[in-house]
Amino acid sequence: MSIELSNIRKAFKANTVLADVSLSIAKGETLVLFGPSGAGKTVLLRLIAGVIEPDAGQIRVNGRDMAGVEPEDRGIGMAFQNFALFPHMDAFANIAAPLTARRQSKSVMKETVEKVARLLKIDHVLHHKPKELSNGQKQRTALARALSAAPSILLLDDPLRNVDAKLRFEMRLELPRLLKDQNATVIYVTQDYKEAMALGHRIAVMTAHGIQQVGTPEEIYLTPANTDIARLFGDPVINLLDVRPEWQGGQVVAMVSDRPVRLLDQYTSQIGRDCILGLRPESLHFVAEGSPGAIPVEIETETPLNEKTVTLALTLRGREIMISRPAGTPGPASGQAHIALNAASAVLFDRATGQRIAPVRHSMNEAVA
Amino acid sequence: MDTVSPIERFLRGTAITLVCLFFMFPIIWIFLMSFQSNETILRVPPSVVFSPTLENYTALITGKLETQAGSLDIDFMGNLFNSLFLSTASVLLGLVLGVPAAYAFARLKFRGSEDIAFTLLSFRFAPPLLVLLPLTIYFQQLGLANTYGGLIWVYQLIVLPLILWIVRGYFEDIPADIEYAYRIAGHDFWSTFWRIALPLAGPGIAAAGLLSFIFAWNNFVFALVLASADKQPVTVGALAFVTASGIQYGQVAAGIVLSIAPTFALAVYAQRYLVEGLSLGAVKG
Repeated sequence: MSIELSNIRKAFKANTVLADVSLSIAKGETLVLFGPSGAGKTVLLRLIAGVIEPDAGQIRVNGRDMAGVEPEDRGIGMAFQNFALFPHMDAFANIAAPLTARRQSKSVMKETVEKVARLLKIDHVLHHKPKELSNGQKQRTALARALSAAPSILLLDDPLRNVDAKLRFEMRLELPRLLKDQNATVIYVTQDYKEAMALGHRIAVMTAHGIQQVGTPEEIYLTPANTDIARLFGDPVINLLDVRPEWQGGQVVAMVSDRPVRLLDQYTSQIGRDCILGLRPESLHFVAEGSPGAIPVEIETETPLNEKTVTLALTLRGREIMISRPAGTPGPASGQAHIALNAASAVLFDRATGQRIAPVRHSMNEAVA
Repeated sequence: MDTVSPIERFLRGTAITLVCLFFMFPIIWIFLMSFQSNETILRVPPSVVFSPTLENYTALITGKLETQAGSLDIDFMGNLFNSLFLSTASVLLGLVLGVPAAYAFARLKFRGSEDIAFTLLSFRFAPPLLVLLPLTIYFQQLGLANTYGGLIWVYQLIVLPLILWIVRGYFEDIPADIEYAYRIAGHDFWSTFWRIALPLAGPGIAAAGLLSFIFAWNNFVFALVLASADKQPVTVGALAFVTASGIQYGQVAAGIVLSIAPTFALAVYAQRYLVEGLSLGAVKG
């Protein structure tokens, strides 16, 4: 089912958590709500679930206004960040809770619960009370409870937050398949950008100021709406260098390490403006001295990680710049080196506002004049 | 725990012994008294050496009090039944009324909810006599004086605020998410109340029930004014031991032992409810 949020406002006493939030989620889509804590992601989920009511605005599910519709009538499955298992019921009864409400027969219920439990590998602990379950098992029980009635809308509130790193990694691999099989519209809340990138068809980046950007993981990663979002996605974090684009030899360039770095022609109108140049560490690569566009740097340290090697270097002006390359590929470990970048991958932000400057396509003469 | 110096340990031990002695001594003394005749109780100096007798208990159970001045009928067993019936019925009514109200005060923030809750609590601030004078007149006019129904109603003044405020705290301690999860799973408000809130507040409801039972049991002044002999609880009935030929200490002691027995048993039984944690590890800190 599709979900449409329009101009949602919600305040608790004097604290406005959501001010004018609008968002639409298509049927069958997995939308990730990504952002720091306090951004109002959980509140948004609860509004959709119907356990709290918005102060203003409208929530429509499949076009139907949800105002005044009780949570039990919304046909939603939800997993809570704190699991919120029923402590006095065993795992089986917890998972069966959405089925008992639908008055299914005992045998059908048993079959469904066991199927979901097998899928989530908790079929051996079905008769344990929540306090006898490990954190990972609690999390899977909570997830199983959300899934058991095969709801057409699934709200997952940071379900991997309270589990250990190993399990989180496993679940990050398993969840996309699981969610795909559910055939449900999913809203997934997380603070982990990798989770967001791995699970979302689209990502909505939310901060205390509301929804900042909505887009596919690629869009968010390659064309972040502002420097804050650029910093939130990517590890190592994006290089942000203060530059002022200038016109040199018929090209738009920015000076990095006293060398002109060519930018896209579409940035012509930004000449002379104080900007921030965003360079993803993995879009930089080492080149031989003298090759076109080579920028001299001084290597500071090299950090080999499992799948990649991250090099911290200094430009001639002493600015730090990080370069990431796949592990095992050759590269200098110390001393002088040269790097080059792909003009298309560089992102330009306005220095005053931090907003991304979209490349504009227009005639060059007009811009120069 | 930190290492404790011998002196500190000695002082602590002494303090604990003194406190225990202070609280336990009257109970032990009463227990011993209940097996003695009036003569051995009143001898000077008092002694713990005596030949035990069951005559106090037999007098209470048979209802025949033998004094020097002659035989006296007392209805101690009837009083005991009255106490049991009045307290139990009051607590049950108090739970039926108070628990849903406590839930409403805990979960539904409606206009004036705090004021109403506080007003109910304030019944406990006023001296009971303040309410009793007008009540006596009304009760006589309404025909409620000297009826179990009337007494149970008045006992709500003791029981209801206690239940309301204790149980409300327990309801507030249940993470709202657990109830939300049950609602979202497709259950309506009432079944969430029955299946989630009530069982999880169980220990609190037991504690409130126990406490209010004890308060109701120990109440004196309501029953003294509003009930006559056949409806009187033990607290008022004990006055019968003050006879023309003196105070029957032995029977008073036996009466006290019998009358604290039910509350004592209840406290021992319900202790595990009071100790058992509420959340049981379902929600991660």
